[in-house]
Amino acid sequence: MLQLDHELAAKIRAHGAEDYPHECCGALLGTDGAAGRAVRDLVPLTNRRDDSPRNRFSITAEDVRTAERAAAELGLDLIGWYHSHPDHPARPSEFDREHAWPWYSYIIVAVAAAVPGEMTSWRLTDDRERFEPEPLSSAGAAQHTSSVGGKL
Amino acid sequence: MAVKVILPTPLRPFAEHKASVEFDAATVGDALNRLTETFGELKKHLYTPDGHIRSFVNVYLNDEDIRFLKQEQTPTKSGDTITIVPSIAGGV
Repeated sequence: MLQLDHELAAKIRAHGAEDYPHECCGALLGTDGAAGRAVRDLVPLTNRRDDSPRNRFSITAEDVRTAERAAAELGLDLIGWYHSHPDHPARPSEFDREHAWPWYSYIIVAVAAAVPGEMTSWRLTDDRERFEPEPLSSAGAAQHTSSVGGKL
Repeated sequence: MAVKVILPTPLRPFAEHKASVEFDAATVGDALNRLTETFGELKKHLYTPDGHIRSFVNVYLNDEDIRFLKQEQTPTKSGDTITIVPSIAGGV
């Protein structure tokens, strides 16, 4: 379960629409503990894949370090990443899986014709074989939980 | 020849939740080998099945990317710090 309030979800959707038809990307800052995992802030980042930004995104090690510093300054952890799938469902691709890290949450927002739609979250299994859906919930509102990929 | 290896958060669950570990190692490759020998579950996340460091795994020796040094053959000395930093990629 990944907690993401409506305001932050709206910011991710807006970033996806703004960067359409390119993929947007950014960092998820938050907390991860016995009470669960929650997104508390975002760091929008520049997609560094200049050669094919419509179907690929890249966040450099330097940008990762920037996001880690931002999290530390806020007393938060870097818990994952978001990116958009322009004109493509909010499902992780094989390319996503091959390049994924364990532990992180990966939020995907589908953007069709510049209009953001379905949003899902995923975690790579420890054996790297597949992504598991990570249900999303808005803060304090479990009734928004979806069983498949956690739509918001 | 103790060298410190700093692990990124997503790899710590595979290394007994340690943020860093120290090994005696003469090169960066030696240190990474010791790391994956000690914590076997790390290997598949750091290396491809044919034994190359994955493209999204960045290894720094004292803040210098080893791609600009002698890669895994880069010599180390006591007190050096090796940092593993993720880069993130994906797409449709």
